[in-house]
Amino acid sequence: MAGRERAMPARETDYDVAVIGAGDVGAAVARELARFELRIALIDRGDVGAGTSKANTALLHTGFDSKPGTHEARLVARGHALLQAYAAEVGIPIERTGALLVAWDETQLARFDAIEDNARACGHHGLRRVDAEELHRREPRLGPGARGALEVADEYIICPFTPPLAYATQAVLAGAHLRRGEAVTGLQPLPGGGWRVSTARANAARANAARANAGAGAAPDAGELTATWVINAAGLRSDEVHRMAGRDGFTVTPRRGELIVFDKLSRPLVNHIILPVPTAKTKGVLIAPTVFGNVMLGPTADDIDDKTSTSSTADGLARLRAAGRRLMPALLEHDVTAVYAGLRAATEHADYSLEVDGDARYACAGGVRSTGLTASMAIAEWMRDQLGDAGLELTERPVGLPAITMPNLGEAFPRPYGDAERIAADPAYGEIVCFCERVTRGEIRDAARSPIAPSDLDGLRRRTRALMGRCQGFFCGAHVAELMAAPERTP
Amino acid sequence: MTAEHPEQAETADVAIVGAGPAGLTAAACLRRLTGARVVVIDREAEPGGIPRHAHHQGFGLRDLRASLTGPEYAKRLADRADRAGAVIRSRAQATGWSPDGALELTSPAGRTELLARAVVLATGCRERPRSARLVAGSRPDGVMTTGTLQQLVYLAKRSPGRRAVVVGAEHVSFSALATLEHGGARAVAMVTELPRHQSFALFRLGASLRYRTPLLTGTAITAIHGRPRVQAVELTELATGATRTLECDTVVFTAGWVPDHELAVLGGLTLDPATRGPRVDGGLRTARSGLFAAGNVVHPAETADVAALAGRHVAATVQAALEDRAPWPAAAAPLICEAPLHWVAPSAVSPGPLAGPPRGRYLLRAHRELIDAGVEMVQDGRALGRHRAVRVTAGRSTALPAAVTARADPDGGAISVRVVSARCRR
Repeated sequence: MAGRERAMPARETDYDVAVIGAGDVGAAVARELARFELRIALIDRGDVGAGTSKANTALLHTGFDSKPGTHEARLVARGHALLQAYAAEVGIPIERTGALLVAWDETQLARFDAIEDNARACGHHGLRRVDAEELHRREPRLGPGARGALEVADEYIICPFTPPLAYATQAVLAGAHLRRGEAVTGLQPLPGGGWRVSTARANAARANAARANAGAGAAPDAGELTATWVINAAGLRSDEVHRMAGRDGFTVTPRRGELIVFDKLSRPLVNHIILPVPTAKTKGVLIAPTVFGNVMLGPTADDIDDKTSTSSTADGLARLRAAGRRLMPALLEHDVTAVYAGLRAATEHADYSLEVDGDARYACAGGVRSTGLTASMAIAEWMRDQLGDAGLELTERPVGLPAITMPNLGEAFPRPYGDAERIAADPAYGEIVCFCERVTRGEIRDAARSPIAPSDLDGLRRRTRALMGRCQGFFCGAHVAELMAAPERTP
Repeated sequence: MTAEHPEQAETADVAIVGAGPAGLTAAACLRRLTGARVVVIDREAEPGGIPRHAHHQGFGLRDLRASLTGPEYAKRLADRADRAGAVIRSRAQATGWSPDGALELTSPAGRTELLARAVVLATGCRERPRSARLVAGSRPDGVMTTGTLQQLVYLAKRSPGRRAVVVGAEHVSFSALATLEHGGARAVAMVTELPRHQSFALFRLGASLRYRTPLLTGTAITAIHGRPRVQAVELTELATGATRTLECDTVVFTAGWVPDHELAVLGGLTLDPATRGPRVDGGLRTARSGLFAAGNVVHPAETADVAALAGRHVAATVQAALEDRAPWPAAAAPLICEAPLHWVAPSAVSPGPLAGPPRGRYLLRAHRELIDAGVEMVQDGRALGRHRAVRVTAGRSTALPAAVTARADPDGGAISVRVVSARCRR
């Protein structure tokens, strides 16, 4: 890997900065800091974006419903603009569908004033009232009884998998060390300042990630590294890392969100993100198209106590179907392609837990909930400024971040299987391996050769969409598994 | 055809999508019946369809009068189509339709279009995966369909696991048992929500004697546990609601067939809500002129030889269309099953010659087993005919003679297919 081979000046610590967690937030922070002359480690117990970042509602929020005055409100608004521009720059699939927040009764209609006031307090002035007639014209498949809507035109649908991979790829190409498959088990302050970070290989599945990361040889079962600064972006485990650093102040209670993804043939049913009127606990069950061309129904919101329990439940799925039957009965007639459950890193606080301590050289971006994807680049920007103020030396590297183009997974942009010129130049793009998602051998090969190659089938799914379609591997499961076991790494 | 890339436009008299038993047989028959240029498009590396990875005996009984293994049968059908002069194009996927009605193709040879006077959809069907069945729990490795299991064991020569639970009790489920044994796995249970299995008694007997696999009837799989690999499943007895946990490392979801209907829908066809395949008349003609559908995309799923005979049947109607001998039916009355009947195929009645169904029979399925069932066809309040069936069940078809629709009016309303008397086995 390019970053691994860069010669680094010898100093007292191995790294200037160790970022714990390679999800949306951690990877964005690593990318932002990679602009500077810093030795960076980006550490994750698994793959990039494989924790709370992998199962969200895949929306780029405006933040019209944030709590005014919070970090979250400000960073979501800023992150919305940053990620939108970044998506265009590196090729992250994104579509401006806009959202319709639908009221189903008088009580909900009456809340529109308060929602608009809140939006204005967060700096959003573009909300528009839509009457029932216009609403049903623009969303003809909506269930009966919708009374009207608030239109939020700047809400986007976005690929949830590509952003953290893009951030981490740029960081790695700029010299950061990505250390996958290493779980942080302890933090000890060093006598002269800085931290000793103890790590362990989480389990056998994680070991694969470590091996892919290292190229060939196996990583040791336990290890350690030293870093001048530690940045906690550990998502669901950000409270645990916070306590390892000798601190207290927040506890993550995983909030499970179950999602149903419907067959692509349902895509013509839905034109916008269809939001319910939110409650205090959740934005509620929504219907949204995905950039992959499916329609999504969800999420539920259930507080649980197990940070590994990404199981779906019969009860949760039944509740979603009941909600969906009211919102859009025609949707329920379509086959289900996938069911997911994601965990949001909710805490007892109504805001992210952000902190930068210059004396301890410890920073935290914890308790970042479902808005984290949208806010990620703004959190990174905020973190950069705070670290600079707190004494981290930020000397810009003479060359900026390397330009990258991510593989396109979105239906609104050209995909290799439909690109005559690409196939003519390289027939591997004409060889469709995953028939449902039309993923070609060329794309699977490219993933294996990418700077952050997948280490397991889930990683391959997130990078290519292979196996994510309606047959879930009936036709190509064995073939894809073979390609994964013996990847075409070398050109 | 795209004007910018005229070199990529290709024409044929007949394009057949899918080189399984139905598509290959249709291709071979059409070549024998006509001098038409026939191109078969298939997305897999080798022609043959599902039988390529079904290694048990018994293929070809009805069409070839032989008992072959799946791979032997697949090869025989591909060779026959090839020798008859059909062009078989593998690794080519039809991804949609161009505005002028050509098939859009992707293959290593390029992104091309194929414009044909007649198109036959012979895309077959697949098993509904776990997600489509909304089984709760974690998403571990080791959960698959029979299709994946067969490819894993026979094509990739990999081990599927050690202790497997098979969900479903149709013919294909028993085939999964054999595949599991071949791959070195033990089937610890076969589970069906229905009160009994839906295969041959001999298969059931063989399974209990040879593999000692218990058949749990009236039982649903309600959750899957484990991470990263399956560790157990939760089973619920439907009558009592009692649940229990069964340890296993593999779960095979069998049957639950759904047609591969994407091209049909993209081509503007409405699906029969019961089969989820395109609605066709006895001549296997869809609502769109020049577009046919044959095999398991119409009746999910019959054995391979039945699909092949549907291919033979459609060849005759395609030939008539090419020779302008039979006008495309302007009207067709749909056949609609009333519960507890599930589906009937083909499911439309049109006028004229060549409108009779393949093998002179309609195929009928029920949601649950009905014994000594009186089945009646009613159109616009008028009884068309009645048939007494020894048994109608799920997972296995009962034949209704073509004559039951002889008095139907193709311009009339929907034809209701219903049970007027039956004994229900509990």
